[in-house]
Amino acid sequence: MIQWLADFFGSMGATGLVIWTMIKIVLITLPLPLCVAFLTLAERRVIGAMQSRCGPIRVGPNGILQPFADVLKMLFKEAVVPARANRMLFRFAPFLALVPAVAAWGTMPFSENLWLADLNAGLLYIMMMCSIGVYGIILAGWASNSRYALLGSLRSTAQLISYELAMGFALVGVILLTNTLNLGDIVRNQTGGFLHWHLWPLFPLFVVYFISGIAETNRHPFDMAEGESELVAGFHVEYSGITFALFFLAEYMNMILLSALAATLFLGGWMAPHPIFNQLPLLGDGFLWLALKVAGLLFIFLWVRASFPRYRYDQIMRLGWKIFIPLTLVWIVVVAVAVRWSALFGGGA
Amino acid sequence: MNRLRHFLKTWLLLELLSGLWLTFRRMFKPKFTVHVPEEKTPQGPRFRGLHAQRRYPNGEERCIACKLCEAVCPALAITIDLAEREDGTRRTTRYDVDLSKCIYCGLCMESCPVDAIVLTRIYEYHGEQHSDLYFTKDMLLAIGDHYEAQIAKNLEEDAPYR
Repeated sequence: MIQWLADFFGSMGATGLVIWTMIKIVLITLPLPLCVAFLTLAERRVIGAMQSRCGPIRVGPNGILQPFADVLKMLFKEAVVPARANRMLFRFAPFLALVPAVAAWGTMPFSENLWLADLNAGLLYIMMMCSIGVYGIILAGWASNSRYALLGSLRSTAQLISYELAMGFALVGVILLTNTLNLGDIVRNQTGGFLHWHLWPLFPLFVVYFISGIAETNRHPFDMAEGESELVAGFHVEYSGITFALFFLAEYMNMILLSALAATLFLGGWMAPHPIFNQLPLLGDGFLWLALKVAGLLFIFLWVRASFPRYRYDQIMRLGWKIFIPLTLVWIVVVAVAVRWSALFGGGA
Repeated sequence: MNRLRHFLKTWLLLELLSGLWLTFRRMFKPKFTVHVPEEKTPQGPRFRGLHAQRRYPNGEERCIACKLCEAVCPALAITIDLAEREDGTRRTTRYDVDLSKCIYCGLCMESCPVDAIVLTRIYEYHGEQHSDLYFTKDMLLAIGDHYEAQIAKNLEEDAPYR
């Protein structure tokens, strides 16, 4: 049906293309906040279960409406701007955090022919958008004119810079293997069942990527930026009501984005785990498998949060600079040699 | 050999994995949550909730205005005035408990020589204003009249341990 719609609008020329793109943008941006809403619910339920309690179960059947109650609460709260804050920047910062988190979905391939932009540098684009998000955090900390917020944003910045490197190196491994920055081509390179996924040749890079991803999104156990015990809430301590909700939205969108990226780069994106599934109705390659993989990875995000205590600041820096970066560098060399070797002698990489 | 083991343990994230495994198993175990208000936690006979003043079976109030509870109260929540009644007995004219001061330590109950002031099992009450939490003698006596059966049972159950 997607193909049919694309053809239909394509036949209308430039106007049709614009309309089709608009529809796709809406199709991507509208479900995202919903996903975030239910991710927060899932987070509370999963962590609750892991701590032998129930989590929210009161609002709606089995607590299914809890996120909407939360959103309503946030909407009706007053968005306070501190007296000595920089008002312009203070208002601007949440958007600077949120917009890149949404915009990064532009090049994410959802299935064989469903994506917004078939960019040949899609991976770079997403990395870029992830990096811009940190400006929102820096600005929020600076504009609040509060010591906790400033310390939180400083920590967050240092952490993001350190882990962006490790993450970037982890992605270099994928690029070496596939010879392309186009996310669709990267997925197509993993055709043929789960044994062909990049996960296996690049396993250390996948682990490093995922842990860096947790650090990138300032999630437990790397949530130095908002370490409750010492910084109250970190960079968004002065934000309330809907402005706080925007930061929250951005953080969770980034989580989903990183999981989707991990699924695309290492777990075969929209590909079914085995070609046999293509014989079955509804279970063939497609969005369903991407969604399942993303859900699995998000579960790991929550699982890790329920399991581990927070790292100390210097431990985070040590892990990033002294372990992850050397590890990824070594594995990139290994991958490069393997790729070169197979190119020379025609063996399998 | 030890260093090798340490190396493997660190780099294969074994300890982190065992931590994750623990929380994963936890996920499928029964929950400890008590679903208030449908379920309630069990209470012992020594539960210290709302105050009450008791009477003797013949309807005479127990309190003899000895002021021991007022003296022992660490939060100064109890205020007592007294006077001689027409029949010559010593009685309180005022016995007020400020629940917003009370810390529910139960010392008043323990100090009372005639078991007049007691703490009941009632704990679900509230006041919309500060003054709603200021209980006078009549109110305390009314509570005592209403819950006398339960109060007597509590005291009886707890008596062997006193």
